[in-house]
Amino acid sequence: MRQFFAFVIKEFYHVFRDPKSMLMLFGMPIMLILLFGFALSNEIKNSKIVICDFAQDPASQRIIDKIEASKNFEIKKFLFDPRQIEQAFKEGNVKLVVVIPNHFNDDLLHLHKAQIQVIADASDPNTANTLTNYITNIVMDYQQEITPFNDLPQQIKTEIRMIYNPELKGTTNFVPGVMALVLLLVCVLMTSVSIVKEKEKGTMEVLLVSPMHPLMVVISKAVPYLFLSIVNLSVILLLSVFLLKMPINGSIGLLFFESSLLILTALSLGLLISNSAQSQQQAMLISLMGMLIPVLLFTGFMFPLENMPLPLQIIANVVPSKWYYIIVKSIMIKGLGLSAIWKETLILLGMTVFLLSVSINKFKIRLG
Amino acid sequence: MRTLRFLLQKEFRQIFRNRALLPVIFIAPMIQLLIMPLAADYEIKNINISIVDHDHSGYSRQLVSKISSSGYFVISDYGTSFNAAFQQFEKDKSDLILEIPLGFERNLVKENEQKLFIAVNAINGTKAMVGSSYLSRIIASYNADIRLEMTANPRMNPVPNIEVPSINRFNPYLNYPFFMVPGILCTLVTMIGVYMCALNIVKEKEVGTIEQINVTPIKKIHFILGKLIPFWVIGVFLFSVGLFIIAGVVYGIHPLGSIPLLYSFLFLFLIAVLGIGLLISTYSETQQQAMSIAFFFMMIFMLMSGLFTPVDSMPNWAIVIARLNPVTHFIEVVRMVVLKGSGFHDIKYHFLVMTGFALFFNSWAIWNYRKTA
Amino acid sequence: MNRNIVISTDKLSKRFGDFVATNEITFDVYEGEIFGFLGANGAGKTTAMRMLCGLSIPSSGKASIAGFDVYKETEKIKANIGYMSQKFSLYEDLTVQENIRFFGGIYGLSDQKIKSKSNELIQQLGLEKERDKLVGSLPLGWKQKLAFSVAIFHEPKIVFLDEPTGGVDPVTRRQFWDLIYDASDRGITIFVTTHYMDEAEYCNRVSMMVDGYIKALDTPTKLKQQFSAETMDEVFFELARGAKRKAD
Repeated sequence: MRQFFAFVIKEFYHVFRDPKSMLMLFGMPIMLILLFGFALSNEIKNSKIVICDFAQDPASQRIIDKIEASKNFEIKKFLFDPRQIEQAFKEGNVKLVVVIPNHFNDDLLHLHKAQIQVIADASDPNTANTLTNYITNIVMDYQQEITPFNDLPQQIKTEIRMIYNPELKGTTNFVPGVMALVLLLVCVLMTSVSIVKEKEKGTMEVLLVSPMHPLMVVISKAVPYLFLSIVNLSVILLLSVFLLKMPINGSIGLLFFESSLLILTALSLGLLISNSAQSQQQAMLISLMGMLIPVLLFTGFMFPLENMPLPLQIIANVVPSKWYYIIVKSIMIKGLGLSAIWKETLILLGMTVFLLSVSINKFKIRLG
Repeated sequence: MRTLRFLLQKEFRQIFRNRALLPVIFIAPMIQLLIMPLAADYEIKNINISIVDHDHSGYSRQLVSKISSSGYFVISDYGTSFNAAFQQFEKDKSDLILEIPLGFERNLVKENEQKLFIAVNAINGTKAMVGSSYLSRIIASYNADIRLEMTANPRMNPVPNIEVPSINRFNPYLNYPFFMVPGILCTLVTMIGVYMCALNIVKEKEVGTIEQINVTPIKKIHFILGKLIPFWVIGVFLFSVGLFIIAGVVYGIHPLGSIPLLYSFLFLFLIAVLGIGLLISTYSETQQQAMSIAFFFMMIFMLMSGLFTPVDSMPNWAIVIARLNPVTHFIEVVRMVVLKGSGFHDIKYHFLVMTGFALFFNSWAIWNYRKTA
Repeated sequence: MNRNIVISTDKLSKRFGDFVATNEITFDVYEGEIFGFLGANGAGKTTAMRMLCGLSIPSSGKASIAGFDVYKETEKIKANIGYMSQKFSLYEDLTVQENIRFFGGIYGLSDQKIKSKSNELIQQLGLEKERDKLVGSLPLGWKQKLAFSVAIFHEPKIVFLDEPTGGVDPVTRRQFWDLIYDASDRGITIFVTTHYMDEAEYCNRVSMMVDGYIKALDTPTKLKQQFSAETMDEVFFELARGAKRKAD
């Protein structure tokens, strides 16, 4: 046991004596929380649009006023030449053009119908769609304004309640995702590199020759990262609660338990990679190139998993952070307990056991 | 010059001889480019809705059928117990619950007013907003239908109707991969450039072969070029395969704009990005350090580039950071030239900025390198 | 004996902050000699050698290597010396032939010269069968011999060897020293640092560094006489005993 601790302490020294690696280890979660909490957002805001007002009458002005009042848009200029529209799109700043045709007001009054044309730069379909919807809503509002009704019979009213996140804060979605991302990626990266480094340097043999069981050698390499990840997790939680004002509605103990489980899964995966990689460079690139984007996308916090084609949804099931994300949301935001997430917990446990047994097998084969 | 030739020979040999690394450099990015754009889809569809119908009347069933035929929603369950529905809701089996009270039809006719209750899972704020707004619109439209039915005579004053037809330029079918493929391609090329360049140089430092190089008459500038040029070539190669084969053949995306223009920008960008890799290598003694620094900055580059979330939606201080990110400019240019056919005049500004980046990063890196190595 | 001086230093020093690694060392090395540069770990050997190779600028003092000034003409020094580092420094993922070609080209040998000389070299070392094998797959002894041969491939005036025979069996060490003698006979000056005191016997002259100073400089025979010792081991022990600096 004492030998085991000696190894663990040696690993800690390795980590703490390397401030640049610590930058990533500890700096990354903080940076991610700050970015996701304050800088990144799915909402479409401050879009620059152009209005071609050929009508120049009170009705068109009213609509323009409403658009201006909405904080979603910045009206860039008022063009009159339709040929300039294409150019405006190509210059890249304009996202949408609203064309109000001649005689707009007159048409409304006399024909009781009119048209407002919207031309969107759909190279970004999400923005195009959203902005078109915004404009449509504004026009519908205006339509409501000029409709001479007072009392509508058969009125269906709706009471809408936003559950779990009444203020519609983006952080609620992102924070559990950041936790999943950081714990998974950083652990895998650091563990796999740490073990391969010893292999490369040749010091692995020295360790293996020591009186400690080879399995213990490997575990001693993983233990510091378990500890450091828990520290990371705590930092993330503290930042989320105090800086981002995110509540933790469920049991903190359960949260830490499940997080430790994910960390173990990540460590096992790191172990597996280190077994297969021959060089540090390889281990690093597998994690950095091979895992970054897939984990980002398949955890499910940037883009909804339900949107993805079925084959991709199946692949997502293999990514441990996907399950962890569901677990964290359930505990932190919905305030649920183990009974709600036992299935996901079991899956993570299964993954860990599977990864560990495969790596241990591989390890034994190479020794024997 | 001869020295450079020998250096390049050695570098290329070493890269291509590393059998284990080749798939990670060439195959992994292409597979990711193939698959990831399919995953990155913001469109809100297939929203799961639980319906709790206490009324079971003609009206309630009409409403439900209108909802299910809208194409936006999938009715995950239809029952009479709110609690049961809420349990499903908790398990994320449904995103919304619509509760229709007992006496819906009767009361609407008699008392002219009824209230429906909607619970929305707002963890994903965007999804919640979109889902509830779709549902509200369907309900409002259903409301109008009922009124029309109920009132025998059409109103004396016709309701003014404003149509808002929309044209979607450049991407009429609102194809999401169309937008994501160029962006992901740029990100992957950047990653390879930064990681490979930084790690490769630091590896020589760590193993000790750099000392041998230092003792020879190899000029530092030749050594640096010897390290940058191979990855520049690989970067161009990867971009080309990604653009013409994956984007072109698989996704059907063909550049609208000038290809030479696109490539000139690519060349410039690669110089800048490899400069960053070089810079990172001058601040690292070990591969692990290089990796940590590279990973940290790559994350920032990727998230702040407008790849997944729009730059315009960021607060002002964040927009400044985004503008200082070379990847942001690269992605913008590629999107503009490939998807919209923008010309040199339109991307002049980006060229200027990228030249600045290339000069800045490379000068800093070379200056650093001269000092330390 | 009127021989040319290929290395000459005058109060050469290197300081790192307050720490004086090399303290005003002054000595000359003659053309063609095998000069042993000994000392305990931490005595300042490596620092001194790095300055002579043009890898590090001295803090004070003068030195000229192959006739070139150590401050102003480091590039010319590099073109005229060879070097074999402690950490093995051929490319393990290139073949024997490729490594030779690379270093030959770097030192400005023409393609034709490289071809003919490398054939010669490979034959001399007996590495015909290993010509196209990755250097990483060779046993350590052969790697060392190859590294030495590559270091003198361009027939430099001086070759610097930093602990070249570490970890190698006695037979291979003998073979290695045969190569050194051979080079010395051809007029190449050998500047070698080593821990093996028996190798000190093979040198023409030997210097001993202790705590940054050169405490002794003479032929092995004269040193043994001076310290009434039978082996260089004992000489070393006598000199290094009072050393205050230990290596880390």
